[in-house]
Amino acid sequence: MMEPGLYHILFISTALFFIGVLGFLTRRNLITMLMSIELILNSVNLNFIAFNKYVWPGKMDGLFFTLFIIAIAAAEAAVAIAIIINLYRSSQSIDVNNAEDLKY
Amino acid sequence: MINGSTILFYLLAALTLCCGILSISTRQIFRAAIYLLFSLIGVAGLYFWLAYEFIAAVQIVVYVGGIVVLIIFSIFLTQQAGEKLPKQRLDRKIWATLAAFCGFALTLLQVVQHEFPPVIPQAPVTVRGIGEKMLSTGAGGYALPFEIISMLLLAAMVGCIVIALRSKPETK
Repeated sequence: MMEPGLYHILFISTALFFIGVLGFLTRRNLITMLMSIELILNSVNLNFIAFNKYVWPGKMDGLFFTLFIIAIAAAEAAVAIAIIINLYRSSQSIDVNNAEDLKY
Repeated sequence: MINGSTILFYLLAALTLCCGILSISTRQIFRAAIYLLFSLIGVAGLYFWLAYEFIAAVQIVVYVGGIVVLIIFSIFLTQQAGEKLPKQRLDRKIWATLAAFCGFALTLLQVVQHEFPPVIPQAPVTVRGIGEKMLSTGAGGYALPFEIISMLLLAAMVGCIVIALRSKPETK
Protein backbone atom coordinates (compact mmCIF):
# COMPACT_ATOMS: atom_id res chain seq x y z
CA MET A 1 0.00 0.00 0.00
CA MET A 2 1.24 3.43 -0.89
CA GLU A 3 1.18 6.48 1.29
CA PRO A 4 -1.98 8.43 0.31
CA GLY A 5 -1.32 11.71 -1.44
CA LEU A 6 -2.81 14.10 -3.95
CA TYR A 7 -3.32 11.45 -6.63
CA HIS A 8 -5.31 9.23 -4.29
CA ILE A 9 -7.67 12.05 -3.41
CA LEU A 10 -8.01 13.04 -7.06
CA PHE A 11 -8.90 9.42 -7.82
CA ILE A 12 -11.62 9.47 -5.15
CA SER A 13 -13.05 12.76 -6.35
CA THR A 14 -13.02 11.65 -10.00
CA ALA A 15 -14.79 8.42 -9.07
CA LEU A 16 -17.35 10.30 -6.97
CA PHE A 17 -17.96 12.76 -9.81
CA PHE A 18 -18.67 10.04 -12.34
CA ILE A 19 -20.79 8.08 -9.85
CA GLY A 20 -22.87 11.27 -9.66
CA VAL A 21 -22.96 11.58 -13.46
CA LEU A 22 -24.03 7.93 -13.76
CA GLY A 23 -26.80 8.48 -11.25
CA PHE A 24 -27.93 11.61 -13.05
CA LEU A 25 -28.11 9.74 -16.36
CA THR A 26 -29.86 6.61 -15.11
CA ARG A 27 -32.33 8.01 -12.60
CA ARG A 28 -35.70 9.36 -13.68
CA ASN A 29 -36.90 10.56 -10.29
CA LEU A 30 -36.27 14.22 -9.47
CA ILE A 31 -35.20 13.63 -5.85
CA THR A 32 -32.66 10.96 -6.77
CA MET A 33 -31.34 13.23 -9.52
CA LEU A 34 -30.89 15.92 -6.87
CA MET A 35 -28.93 13.41 -4.77
CA SER A 36 -26.63 12.75 -7.74
CA ILE A 37 -26.02 16.50 -8.04
CA GLU A 38 -25.04 16.59 -4.37
CA LEU A 39 -22.49 13.82 -5.01
CA ILE A 40 -21.03 15.81 -7.93
CA LEU A 41 -20.76 18.97 -5.81
CA ASN A 42 -19.03 16.99 -3.07
CA SER A 43 -16.44 15.65 -5.46
CA VAL A 44 -15.68 19.20 -6.60
CA ASN A 45 -15.30 20.32 -2.98
CA LEU A 46 -12.92 17.45 -2.29
CA ASN A 47 -10.89 18.49 -5.32
CA PHE A 48 -10.60 22.09 -4.15
CA ILE A 49 -9.51 21.02 -0.65
CA ALA A 50 -6.95 18.55 -2.02
CA PHE A 51 -5.40 21.16 -4.32
CA ASN A 52 -5.36 23.67 -1.51
CA LYS A 53 -3.50 21.26 0.75
CA TYR A 54 -1.07 19.67 -1.71
CA VAL A 55 -0.40 22.39 -4.30
CA TRP A 56 -0.84 25.75 -2.54
CA PRO A 57 -0.58 24.95 1.17
CA GLY A 58 0.07 28.54 2.22
CA LYS A 59 -3.15 29.92 0.74
CA MET A 60 -6.80 29.55 1.64
CA ASP A 61 -8.55 30.10 -1.70
CA GLY A 62 -9.62 26.48 -2.19
CA LEU A 63 -11.02 26.45 1.31
CA PHE A 64 -13.14 29.52 0.63
CA PHE A 65 -14.36 28.16 -2.69
CA THR A 66 -15.46 25.03 -0.83
CA LEU A 67 -17.27 27.08 1.81
CA PHE A 68 -19.12 29.09 -0.83
CA ILE A 69 -20.00 25.99 -2.86
CA ILE A 70 -21.48 24.39 0.26
CA ALA A 71 -23.57 27.52 0.89
CA ILE A 72 -24.77 27.64 -2.73
CA ALA A 73 -25.54 23.89 -2.63
CA ALA A 74 -27.74 24.46 0.41
CA ALA A 75 -29.66 27.24 -1.37
CA GLU A 76 -29.93 25.14 -4.54
CA ALA A 77 -31.24 22.10 -2.68
CA ALA A 78 -33.86 24.19 -0.89
CA VAL A 79 -35.12 25.80 -4.11
CA ALA A 80 -35.08 22.46 -5.97
CA ILE A 81 -37.12 20.77 -3.25
CA ALA A 82 -39.64 23.64 -3.24
CA ILE A 83 -40.04 23.18 -7.01
CA ILE A 84 -40.32 19.38 -6.62
CA ILE A 85 -43.05 19.70 -3.98
CA ASN A 86 -44.92 22.22 -6.13
CA LEU A 87 -44.65 19.88 -9.12
CA TYR A 88 -45.89 16.95 -7.03
CA ARG A 89 -48.91 18.99 -5.95
CA SER A 90 -49.87 19.80 -9.51
CA SER A 91 -49.16 16.46 -11.22
CA GLN A 92 -48.97 13.86 -8.36
CA SER A 93 -45.65 12.60 -9.70
CA ILE A 94 -42.00 13.62 -9.57
CA ASP A 95 -40.87 11.56 -12.52
CA VAL A 96 -39.12 13.70 -15.15
CA ASN A 97 -41.05 11.98 -17.93
CA ASN A 98 -44.31 13.26 -16.45
CA ALA A 99 -43.02 16.82 -16.02
CA GLU A 100 -43.76 17.90 -19.57
CA ASP A 101 -46.23 20.59 -18.51
CA LEU A 102 -43.27 22.66 -17.29
CA LYS A 103 -42.87 23.60 -20.96
CA TYR A 104 -46.15 25.50 -21.23
CA MET B 1 4.74 0.48 5.44
CA ILE B 2 1.21 0.60 6.74
CA ASN B 3 0.33 2.92 9.54
CA GLY B 4 -2.96 3.94 11.11
CA SER B 5 -3.36 7.07 9.03
CA THR B 6 -3.08 5.13 5.76
CA ILE B 7 -5.58 2.51 6.87
CA LEU B 8 -7.98 5.27 7.96
CA PHE B 9 -7.66 6.95 4.56
CA TYR B 10 -8.50 3.79 2.64
CA LEU B 11 -11.41 3.02 4.97
CA LEU B 12 -12.86 6.50 4.45
CA ALA B 13 -12.37 6.26 0.69
CA ALA B 14 -14.11 2.87 0.60
CA LEU B 15 -16.98 4.20 2.71
CA THR B 16 -17.44 7.22 0.45
CA LEU B 17 -17.31 5.35 -2.86
CA CYS B 18 -19.31 2.27 -1.80
CA CYS B 19 -22.08 4.34 -0.26
CA GLY B 20 -22.08 6.60 -3.33
CA ILE B 21 -22.51 3.64 -5.67
CA LEU B 22 -25.22 2.11 -3.47
CA SER B 23 -26.96 5.49 -3.30
CA ILE B 24 -27.37 5.69 -7.07
CA SER B 25 -28.14 2.01 -7.61
CA THR B 26 -30.65 1.08 -4.92
CA ARG B 27 -34.27 1.07 -6.00
CA GLN B 28 -35.67 2.15 -2.65
CA ILE B 29 -35.50 5.92 -2.51
CA PHE B 30 -35.32 6.18 1.27
CA ARG B 31 -32.31 3.85 1.34
CA ALA B 32 -30.73 5.99 -1.37
CA ALA B 33 -31.01 9.00 0.94
CA ILE B 34 -29.43 7.07 3.84
CA TYR B 35 -26.56 5.87 1.64
CA LEU B 36 -26.05 9.45 0.47
CA LEU B 37 -25.84 10.45 4.13
CA PHE B 38 -23.03 7.97 4.80
CA SER B 39 -21.23 8.99 1.62
CA LEU B 40 -21.28 12.63 2.77
CA ILE B 41 -20.04 11.55 6.22
CA GLY B 42 -17.17 9.78 4.44
CA VAL B 43 -16.27 12.99 2.62
CA ALA B 44 -16.36 14.84 5.96
CA GLY B 45 -14.00 12.18 7.34
CA LEU B 46 -11.64 12.81 4.43
CA TYR B 47 -11.65 16.52 5.31
CA PHE B 48 -10.74 15.58 8.87
CA TRP B 49 -8.00 13.33 7.51
CA LEU B 50 -6.63 16.25 5.47
CA ALA B 51 -6.60 18.36 8.69
CA TYR B 52 -9.25 20.81 7.50
CA GLU B 53 -11.42 20.52 10.59
CA PHE B 54 -13.47 23.63 9.92
CA ILE B 55 -14.58 22.45 6.48
CA ALA B 56 -15.37 19.02 7.91
CA ALA B 57 -17.56 20.62 10.57
CA VAL B 58 -19.32 22.76 7.95
CA GLN B 59 -19.83 19.67 5.79
CA ILE B 60 -21.45 17.76 8.64
CA VAL B 61 -23.61 20.69 9.75
CA VAL B 62 -24.81 21.83 6.33
CA TYR B 63 -24.88 18.62 4.27
CA VAL B 64 -25.63 15.92 6.81
CA GLY B 65 -27.69 18.07 9.14
CA GLY B 66 -29.39 20.23 6.54
CA ILE B 67 -29.56 18.99 2.98
CA VAL B 68 -30.03 15.26 3.67
CA VAL B 69 -32.75 16.00 6.25
CA LEU B 70 -34.44 18.24 3.67
CA ILE B 71 -34.23 15.45 1.06
CA ILE B 72 -35.67 12.91 3.53
CA PHE B 73 -38.55 15.27 4.31
CA SER B 74 -39.30 15.74 0.64
CA ILE B 75 -39.25 11.93 0.17
CA PHE B 76 -41.82 11.62 2.94
CA LEU B 77 -43.96 14.29 1.29
CA THR B 78 -43.87 12.91 -2.24
CA GLN B 79 -43.41 9.13 -2.04
CA GLN B 80 -45.69 6.29 -1.01
CA ALA B 81 -44.19 4.13 1.76
CA GLY B 82 -42.49 0.95 0.59
CA GLU B 83 -42.87 1.80 -3.07
CA LYS B 84 -39.88 0.91 -5.23
CA LEU B 85 -38.63 3.03 -8.08
CA PRO B 86 -39.47 1.63 -11.53
CA LYS B 87 -36.74 -0.31 -13.31
CA GLN B 88 -34.79 1.52 -15.97
CA ARG B 89 -34.48 0.28 -19.52
CA LEU B 90 -31.40 -1.89 -19.93
CA ASP B 91 -29.99 -0.08 -23.00
CA ARG B 92 -30.18 3.27 -21.20
CA LYS B 93 -28.34 1.78 -18.23
CA ILE B 94 -25.63 0.30 -20.44
CA TRP B 95 -25.05 3.53 -22.36
CA ALA B 96 -24.97 5.63 -19.19
CA THR B 97 -22.48 3.27 -17.56
CA LEU B 98 -20.33 3.31 -20.68
CA ALA B 99 -20.38 7.12 -20.85
CA ALA B 100 -19.54 7.51 -17.16
CA PHE B 101 -16.75 4.92 -17.35
CA CYS B 102 -15.20 6.50 -20.45
CA GLY B 103 -15.28 9.94 -18.81
CA PHE B 104 -13.74 8.47 -15.66
CA ALA B 105 -10.94 6.77 -17.60
CA LEU B 106 -10.16 9.88 -19.67
CA THR B 107 -10.07 12.17 -16.64
CA LEU B 108 -7.93 9.76 -14.66
CA LEU B 109 -5.51 9.42 -17.58
CA GLN B 110 -5.09 13.20 -17.64
CA VAL B 111 -4.59 13.34 -13.87
CA VAL B 112 -1.99 10.57 -13.82
CA GLN B 113 0.00 12.11 -16.67
CA HIS B 114 0.15 15.52 -15.01
CA GLU B 115 3.11 16.22 -12.75
CA PHE B 116 2.28 18.36 -9.75
CA PRO B 117 5.09 20.42 -8.24
CA PRO B 118 6.37 19.23 -4.89
CA VAL B 119 5.23 21.35 -1.98
CA ILE B 120 6.76 22.67 1.18
CA PRO B 121 4.64 21.64 4.16
CA GLN B 122 3.25 24.62 6.02
CA ALA B 123 1.32 25.22 9.19
CA PRO B 124 -2.33 24.12 8.90
CA VAL B 125 -4.93 26.83 8.58
CA THR B 126 -6.57 27.97 11.77
CA VAL B 127 -10.16 29.06 12.26
CA ARG B 128 -8.83 32.47 13.28
CA GLY B 129 -7.06 32.77 9.92
CA ILE B 130 -10.20 31.74 8.05
CA GLY B 131 -12.30 34.33 9.88
CA GLU B 132 -9.83 37.14 9.31
CA LYS B 133 -9.50 36.34 5.61
CA MET B 134 -13.25 35.99 5.14
CA LEU B 135 -14.06 39.42 6.53
CA SER B 136 -11.04 41.29 5.19
CA THR B 137 -11.70 43.90 2.50
CA GLY B 138 -8.06 44.11 1.40
CA ALA B 139 -6.32 42.23 -1.40
CA GLY B 140 -7.37 38.57 -1.48
CA GLY B 141 -10.11 39.15 1.10
CA TYR B 142 -13.49 37.49 0.80
CA ALA B 143 -15.79 40.13 2.28
CA LEU B 144 -17.71 40.78 -0.95
CA PRO B 145 -18.45 37.10 -1.80
CA PHE B 146 -19.46 36.61 1.82
CA GLU B 147 -22.03 39.42 1.56
CA ILE B 148 -23.27 38.17 -1.82
CA ILE B 149 -23.74 34.67 -0.39
CA SER B 150 -25.84 36.13 2.40
CA MET B 151 -28.03 37.90 -0.17
CA LEU B 152 -28.28 34.65 -2.16
CA LEU B 153 -29.40 32.70 0.90
CA LEU B 154 -32.02 35.33 1.68
CA ALA B 155 -33.28 35.29 -1.91
CA ALA B 156 -33.38 31.47 -1.91
CA MET B 157 -35.34 31.44 1.34
CA VAL B 158 -37.93 33.93 0.07
CA GLY B 159 -38.07 32.15 -3.29
CA CYS B 160 -38.70 28.77 -1.63
CA ILE B 161 -41.62 30.16 0.35
CA VAL B 162 -43.10 31.79 -2.75
CA ILE B 163 -42.72 28.68 -4.92
CA ALA B 164 -44.04 26.27 -2.30
CA LEU B 165 -47.08 28.42 -1.50
CA ARG B 166 -48.09 29.50 -4.98
CA SER B 167 -50.61 26.78 -5.84
CA LYS B 168 -52.63 27.18 -2.62
CA PRO B 169 -55.11 29.92 -3.68
CA GLU B 170 -55.88 28.23 -7.01
CA THR B 171 -56.93 24.95 -5.40
CA LYS B 172 -59.35 26.58 -2.96
